Order: sequence, then C-alpha cells, then structure tokens
Amino acid sequence: MLDVNLPGLSLKNPIMPASGCFGFGREYSNLYDLSQLGSIMIKASTQEPRFGNPTPRVAETDAGMLNAIGLQNPGVEKVVSEELVWLEQFDLPIIANVAGSQVEDYVYVAEKISQSKNVHALELNISCPNVKTGGIAFGTIPDVAAGLTKAVKEVSDVPVYVKLSPNVANIVDMAKAIENAGADGLTMINTLIGMRIDLKTGKPVIANKTGGLSGPAIKPVAIRMVYEVSQAVNIPIIGMGGVQTVDDVIEFLYAGASAVAVGTANFVNPFVCPEIIDQLPEKLKELGYEHVTECVGRSWKA
Amino acid sequence: MKKEQMVVTKHEQIADHIFQLTLQGELVSEMRNPGQFVHLKVSDGSTPLLRRPISISEINSKKQQFTMIYRAEGAGTQLLSKKKVDEVVDVLGPLGNGFPMDGIIEGQTALLVGGGIGVPPLLELSTRLVSKGVKVHHVLGFQSQKAVFLESEFIALGNTIIATDDGSYGYKGFVTDAIKDNGLEFDTMFTCGPTPMLRALEKLYGHKPLFLSLEERMGCGIGACFACVCHTGNDPTGTSYKKVCSDGPVFKAGEVVI
Repeated sequence: MLDVNLPGLSLKNPIMPASGCFGFGREYSNLYDLSQLGSIMIKASTQEPRFGNPTPRVAETDAGMLNAIGLQNPGVEKVVSEELVWLEQFDLPIIANVAGSQVEDYVYVAEKISQSKNVHALELNISCPNVKTGGIAFGTIPDVAAGLTKAVKEVSDVPVYVKLSPNVANIVDMAKAIENAGADGLTMINTLIGMRIDLKTGKPVIANKTGGLSGPAIKPVAIRMVYEVSQAVNIPIIGMGGVQTVDDVIEFLYAGASAVAVGTANFVNPFVCPEIIDQLPEKLKELGYEHVTECVGRSWKA
Repeated sequence: MKKEQMVVTKHEQIADHIFQLTLQGELVSEMRNPGQFVHLKVSDGSTPLLRRPISISEINSKKQQFTMIYRAEGAGTQLLSKKKVDEVVDVLGPLGNGFPMDGIIEGQTALLVGGGIGVPPLLELSTRLVSKGVKVHHVLGFQSQKAVFLESEFIALGNTIIATDDGSYGYKGFVTDAIKDNGLEFDTMFTCGPTPMLRALEKLYGHKPLFLSLEERMGCGIGACFACVCHTGNDPTGTSYKKVCSDGPVFKAGEVVI
C-alpha cells in the first residue's frame, strides 16, 4: 500500500527525513529503528570538512524557523568511510546530498559518494541560501543549474535528483532546464531566504544576518511550486516544506509529489516520521485509496 | 531519552518573571547528572514552533518528579507560565551530559557559581555534592533584589553569597569580585550563567578544575541540527567542534571556545 518506486529508489514507504534536519541519523537511531523510514536524505557533504557559520545559527519565526548552519559537515571522505558505513546496518536506500562552491567540488563529491553501496540516489544541493559561494548561485540561474546537473550526471553511479530553490522568479523554467540537462528527479523546496531583527539590539538575530525559512510557514509556497512544476516536467518530485502531519503528506502527493520529506518537524517531534508512516495506511483508506501512488497529482489530474 | 506528556504537580512564581515548575512522569527515572536539561513543547500549535531547552534544578526519583526554574520572558516561556496543576507538558529528555562529579571527593571543597537563570541547575548539583561529603560554597549573581531566588535552599546546603549588579541585596558587584573579596578557596569550580560571566571565570580560574555549563540557541536539542555548535579549545578556528546540546552543555575549562 505504501511502496513507491522512483529512479534508483525502491522505497517501502514515501516518507523520509529531509537533508540537514536529521544529521546522518545517529541521534534519531537512539529513538527508533531507522529501517522504518522510506529513505534518509543525509546532511550535505562537501569536498573538504566545513565548520559552518558562527552562532546563533537559528531563530524562531511565526510557524517556522530560520537557520544558517552553513553546511557544516566532516567532508565527503569521512561521510563515506564513517557515516555511510554506519548507516549500512539499516535496511535503507540513502539519498546523499551533495554540495560545493564550484562545479569541480560537486563533481568530486558526487563521484566519490555515489560509489557507496547504500547510496541509491544523489540530491544536488544547488539551493543552500547560507553559504557565500556556490550554493544558491547555482540554483537561481537555469543555464548554470543545467550545466552543473550535466557535469554531475556524467560522474554519478546513481540517479541524480536536484533540489530546487524557491528563491527564483520562475520555478518552472528552472525545473525544465534541469530536466533537460538529464536530472532523474527533483526535490523541492529548499528554504526561503528570511531574516529577523532583535528589538533590543536592533541587530539581525542570527549571526549570518539572513537564514533559510522552514517549517509550516512555508508549506503553501511549497505546495504551489510542486503543483506547478509537477505538471510541467516528466520526472518525479520528492516534495517538502513544512510537513508536520499525515494530512500534509497527502496534500503534497495531491500537488504532484511522489514522495515526501519531513524537515523542521523532526526538531519539534523527533518521532514525527515513524508516526506519519504509521498513520498513512489508515488515512489512505479513509480517503478511498488502495495505494499511495493513486494520490499523486490528484489536484491537477482529471 | 524519552518524549512524555508529564503532569504538572506544582507551578508557582518565585521571583520577578521567575517560575518554578514541578513535573511528574517516568522520564525522571532516566535523569542521571545534575546539569542535564529538558526540551519542552509549550503549545500544541505551530507558534511557537520550536521546543524550549530548560535546565533541571531538582530531581526527586522516589516521587518521579523533577523541578525546573525558568524566566518567563519570551512568548514561549510566557505560555508555559500559564500551565496549571494537573495539566500536561510535552517533555523530551533528559538531554545533555550534566556536571561530572567523579573528580571531586569527600572532604574537598567545591565552589558553585551561578548567574541569573543559570543558578537553578546548581541546586541539584550542590545537594549531590553535599551528600558525597564535599564542602560547598555558593556565589549566586542576580540583577537586583527582586530577581533573587533559591537563597534559603542554597543556604541550607552551605556557605552562600548573593551578589546583585545594583547592590540592592547582598554583595554589590560581579560574582568574580565576590569570590575574591570573600577569599573563597576551592578544589573544583562548577558554574552556569551568562557567557560574559563564564568567560571571566575561565580567564581567572581556567588553570584549576573548572566546569562551565553553556547556553546556546538550539534547534533539535539532540545533536542532529548543528545549530549549537562551538569550536574546540585546541582547534579554535578549524573544523573540530562540540555540540552544546549533546556533547555538553557542561564543558571543562578550555575544552571549547566560549
């Protein structure tokens, strides 16, 4: 009832934690068996280890949060030799998030990480708003995003999904350019660039000044973008942005997503993913579906 | 670590904007060291969205109860302050590692230094040290007389000096001056409070056994989000790091950059 097949990914259910919200799974493995999940989109890996941005790195907003972690990670070598090896104990196809500052970095990380036996797909991070070079620059210019997608496709052993930024004028143009460049799927959306200012000091609340807005506040934006893009491309979409409940999951499927990632909600309720997976069959029954795939794109299909 | 709907058994205001909340539930049986904290969801809705990290000030294992003291300042803690007896609070915990007590033995002296809302976790620590046969001194800093709390509880455990910034109560001035002026000697110092206070204490006493409890804005509270990361003392500009929530919140002086 819940199984979903996507390029490279044979998922026992369509629910997975979003990259950056779940580390490499170690912390959550103390709370539940990670094999229950459809997949894990692991934290971004870069060529070299990165410390990330100064603190404070997070701030709360109405129905959301801002973060500017800055892609902190131990570097791809350690991710491959330690984190991915550790993750092998779970029955999980991993989606590895790949980040960099220039095309060569992405290519290096993609080639290396895609050889790990439990990495079944890559998620190209061209939309991180919190790094000065690379990151979002790759995700806002269609030709640049397409060029990067092509370069990574050439070296990757597994299908390549590209994570779209909502911080663009025309998300459909961006999605089409990436599809034409050979991407196997899309993941969307990344965070929206936001800011908060402290009333006492008059200064931005987070050290990086701006950060990525996530949480339920961005769900309507994400739903709209998945709805538009899913009708314009022929590659599958993993939807995300403000998912907290099983109802949110159905809404993303209706909008056109084939699977759904849960981000910030993991911080609020660390058990949110297994809880949603438990509730999904009953919700599908209640809505009259025999299989989760029947929901996909219902909002625009006849 | 557990997530549990814990029941409010006592909740009262004990100083200006300061509340004392006692909760009951099975999660208490997992609490080990003083200095650990819990992560609370104060509303059922999406605002405020994130949990609130609050330190544990007393643990009563027999009754399966623990007490925490917090300042109702922001929207989240103000909502929390409205919780009534018999209502439930969504608690994730216990989190973090707390104060290590192995290094201090019977007959030795510990100096516990707290500042403002950093004072509460020192109460359980002091109780445990006293029951171990350790002599304790407390130096507790507050902004003013109306912000002072837990004075009698600390007096019952050992020598207690209250310092206020404005001199409206006790010693006038910083905790560092109060320590010096009172000629306090110690084998180990434990401290929790505002970062400038921790920095000052580390500068003056970092050569001695000194354990500091840090505060940092957190996302998840369990080590997954990398929001509360700090540089390590032996690699202050490199990529080595410690997470305040899961590696701390207590660190030995010099272990991390504060």
